[in-house]
Amino acid sequence: MINIVGLVFISIGLFFDFVGCLGLVRLPDVYNRLQASTKCITLGTCSILLGVLLIHGFTAGGIKALLCMLFLILTSPVSAHALARAAHKSGVRLCEKSVVDRYEEDGK
Amino acid sequence: MKKRRIRYIIGAIIIVSVMAVILFRPLTILFCQDLPYILFLQRAFFVLLLSCILCLYRIMKGPTPADRAVTIDMLGVLIVGFCAILGVSTGRDWYIDIAIAWALQSFIATLALAKFLEGKNFDD
Repeated sequence: MINIVGLVFISIGLFFDFVGCLGLVRLPDVYNRLQASTKCITLGTCSILLGVLLIHGFTAGGIKALLCMLFLILTSPVSAHALARAAHKSGVRLCEKSVVDRYEEDGK
Repeated sequence: MKKRRIRYIIGAIIIVSVMAVILFRPLTILFCQDLPYILFLQRAFFVLLLSCILCLYRIMKGPTPADRAVTIDMLGVLIVGFCAILGVSTGRDWYIDIAIAWALQSFIATLALAKFLEGKNFDD
């Protein structure tokens, strides 16, 4: 029974990984693509690792999957924030449809 | 315009062939256990492979360096998921060690790339 719950979590993670990569191809802008990739990290790969934890149980492999999940949850917003800031400072334009740029207004 | 159509056709051929492999001919390597759900895991590998192909397309095409940095970050996370599913399907725990190490180095590499894009040195 617990195996089936783990497999359901793994399939949810696979779905979100695939949708995140599709967004990476289809979206028009660096910042939109960053949005898609961050959702893919927290909902996709952390869900896969949660499924692995449920299948293994609390053995050595399961605890290592839990550690990896905590580490990804802690570090992925930091890296996404750093990339967005670096892209804005290096002068990447927003796409034409975007409405407002608060970061530019605050900088002045 | 004609070049663009050829590119679309090549992309469609790649995606359709990978989907056909997912549906009809799952690989039988990499699996030493007789798990009851091994067919599901074999197909899961190909979904992740298709995602990696989409990421490689964005690396090839990406107009700015920031796009490529974002995609490198994403590829690292996909490989973490790949190692986790390998750990389930082969029943060996040490694949998850590879996942932890890959997540660490991917984080550090992303921070270094962000510093580099921002135009600073690595010291400050």
